Amino acid sequence: MLLGPSLTVSVILFSLGVAGVLFRRNAIVIFMCIELMLNAVNLSFIALAQQLGREGQVIVFFVMAVAAAEATVGLAIMIGIYRHKSSLNVKEINLLRG
Amino acid sequence: MPVSVGWVWLVVVLPFLGFLVNGALSFVRPGAKRAVSTVGVGVLLLSFLAALWVASGVFAEPPHGHPYVVTLWSWMPAGSLQVDVAFQVDQLSTVMMLVVTGISTLIHIFSVGYMREDTSYSRYFAYLNLFVFFMLTLVLGANYPVMFVGWEGVGLCSYLLIGFWYENRPFADAGKKAFLMNRIGDFGFLVAMFMMFQATGSLAFTDVFEAAPGLFEVGGTTITVITLALLLGCTGKSAQIPLHTWLPDAMAGPTPVSALIHAATMVTAGVYLVARSNVLFAMAPVSSFVVAAVGAGTALFAATIALKQWDIKKVLAYSTVSQLGFMFMGVGVGAYAAGIFHLTTHAFFKALLFLGSGSVIHALHHAYHATHSDEDAQDMRNMGGLRRYLPWTAGAMWIATLAIAGVPGFSGFFSKDEILAMTFARGHEAVGFYVLWGVGTAAALLTAFYMTRMMLYTFHGPSRTGAEEERHLHEAPWVMTGPLIVLALGSAFAGLLNLPAVLPGAGWLHHFLEPVTEGSAAYLPELHLAHSTEWMLLGLATLVAAVGILGAWNFLKPSALQPARDAAPEAGLQKVLLHKWYVDEIYDAVVVKPVMWLSDRAFWRGVDVVVIDGLFVHGSATTARALGWIGSRLQSGRVGMYVFFFVLGSILVLRALLG
Repeated sequence: MLLGPSLTVSVILFSLGVAGVLFRRNAIVIFMCIELMLNAVNLSFIALAQQLGREGQVIVFFVMAVAAAEATVGLAIMIGIYRHKSSLNVKEINLLRG
Repeated sequence: MPVSVGWVWLVVVLPFLGFLVNGALSFVRPGAKRAVSTVGVGVLLLSFLAALWVASGVFAEPPHGHPYVVTLWSWMPAGSLQVDVAFQVDQLSTVMMLVVTGISTLIHIFSVGYMREDTSYSRYFAYLNLFVFFMLTLVLGANYPVMFVGWEGVGLCSYLLIGFWYENRPFADAGKKAFLMNRIGDFGFLVAMFMMFQATGSLAFTDVFEAAPGLFEVGGTTITVITLALLLGCTGKSAQIPLHTWLPDAMAGPTPVSALIHAATMVTAGVYLVARSNVLFAMAPVSSFVVAAVGAGTALFAATIALKQWDIKKVLAYSTVSQLGFMFMGVGVGAYAAGIFHLTTHAFFKALLFLGSGSVIHALHHAYHATHSDEDAQDMRNMGGLRRYLPWTAGAMWIATLAIAGVPGFSGFFSKDEILAMTFARGHEAVGFYVLWGVGTAAALLTAFYMTRMMLYTFHGPSRTGAEEERHLHEAPWVMTGPLIVLALGSAFAGLLNLPAVLPGAGWLHHFLEPVTEGSAAYLPELHLAHSTEWMLLGLATLVAAVGILGAWNFLKPSALQPARDAAPEAGLQKVLLHKWYVDEIYDAVVVKPVMWLSDRAFWRGVDVVVIDGLFVHGSATTARALGWIGSRLQSGRVGMYVFFFVLGSILVLRALLG
């Protein structure tokens, strides 16, 4: 029941996330795309949990908790970078270039 | 074993204590000359008394067959190699011990006067004590490794004392030259030890000499190679051809050092080694003949150089090289007792000659110092007529000269004659021995000539020192002339130890040393001369000495000599002799220059700069940096690229897991 459409939406969301991470320049947009990928995975977990048991729903809570923590750290780093370079364009953030 | 022999370690340890105390004083109280003299001379005197006590035990109960071996502790217990720190007391080491401690004591006393004004007085006595310690280790060691420790130790002290005035560059270089030349010889000694251990499984004298007759065949390859390797060691230490060039340069050291180390004791170590290993050498007739030939050749070669030297110490240095050649001749023809006999008499008269020259140099140095002149205090052209100012020194040195020249009655006559007679006695075996005898006799003639020349130019004729300086010339203090007088008595009468067979009471030393040399007697012919032949040889030796002395006396005119600064340069053969047959120059061209060139061009600029620095050091760094550069291209700094590779990698991993 609704498994096929749910997984289709999940794949579309995940692909959008990957494409955004690959091609966008703004660090915040890249960050949001990563969140998008996480939520696409969450959606597939929920859909599959209907048939395979409740463990999938438990995993979703873990992912949300970790994503919240990651968002805190990630945004803090971005504020730091912005104070330093007045920009969030990843093309200009290349201090570790070999 | 007599009680006193068990205390032989005391003889060795006392000089070492002196070294420790004087060495400490040289750091803590460099000015404490009185304490240094007391300790330095005192330990030697005690050591000499202890040696006399040990010797009295040997005389009372002479060891037969088995020598007394005093083992102190086990040094190298490694599998089948068992080396003990042990001293061997037999007739041979007793003679050497008495010579070393006796002569050393006299020279230490002389040094108190000679070195009085030197600023490094305590360092000097520390080195001198250390030398005596190592020399006693050398002659008393009961196996080859302990002997080798002494052998190397005396080499070290020789180096330290030649370069004693190291602020002077040529003096320091002379020390290095002596050290390097000795290294070449030590290589031979080591090889001989390795081969001996491989063949016999032991390095103790008693084991090796007992096992040798059963293991080696007479004249076989192994024993010949072992003895030739030992001979290489001996030529280095005893300054024989081809390693003789370091000894004349060693005269850079203080004169008492020349007397002790480079005349009386250390340089005779090679003769001692051959006499100690007499069983091995007797089993290798070829090696023995080489020993005798090297000795005879060196005796004549060095005597020719001594004819034309102007430096009084250089004359005596070449004379020492020449006399060591006589000793090698003796031990080479199998007359081991004769070699040791000449070693003993030579220790007396050559130590006396060197100390006498020290007294002369001391006087001249003071005279030139008083008048602020920078003339050479060792050049005989600046001397002349010194017997008026130094009567005791002149008298003592004349006795030594008569002894070394071989005037009948003096010690050198008997010892040198015995060596020549023994060589002559083997002439019926091979004509080569007659040749050696002829060469030796010629060297004896030259010896008488150049020694008379030295005395004539130094003590007779008009003074060439300078009118102003003459007023400052004076005899040395009694602390220096005293040892000269004692040594003069020895030079005159030491011959009584071993009179020729035709005289009553003959051959005492020969009989005394028989237990040491009896192992070799089986391989050597009986050395006996008819009484008529012996009288003839004695007569000939007398004639040779007389011709040499009188020839020099009539032929040379000290009054015609010019002081060094006015003298005309030599020409022809005289120039060749003055430059010592150009041996140093030849070695420089054949060995030193090629080695320096090889070191500079091949090893430094080639191997070191190109291969090691270029290829290995810089090469590995460049390779690592190149690989790192390739890796660093991936670190583009573009986040997009990183993510792209990350996604690509994830897909590949997924495929690998699922597919």
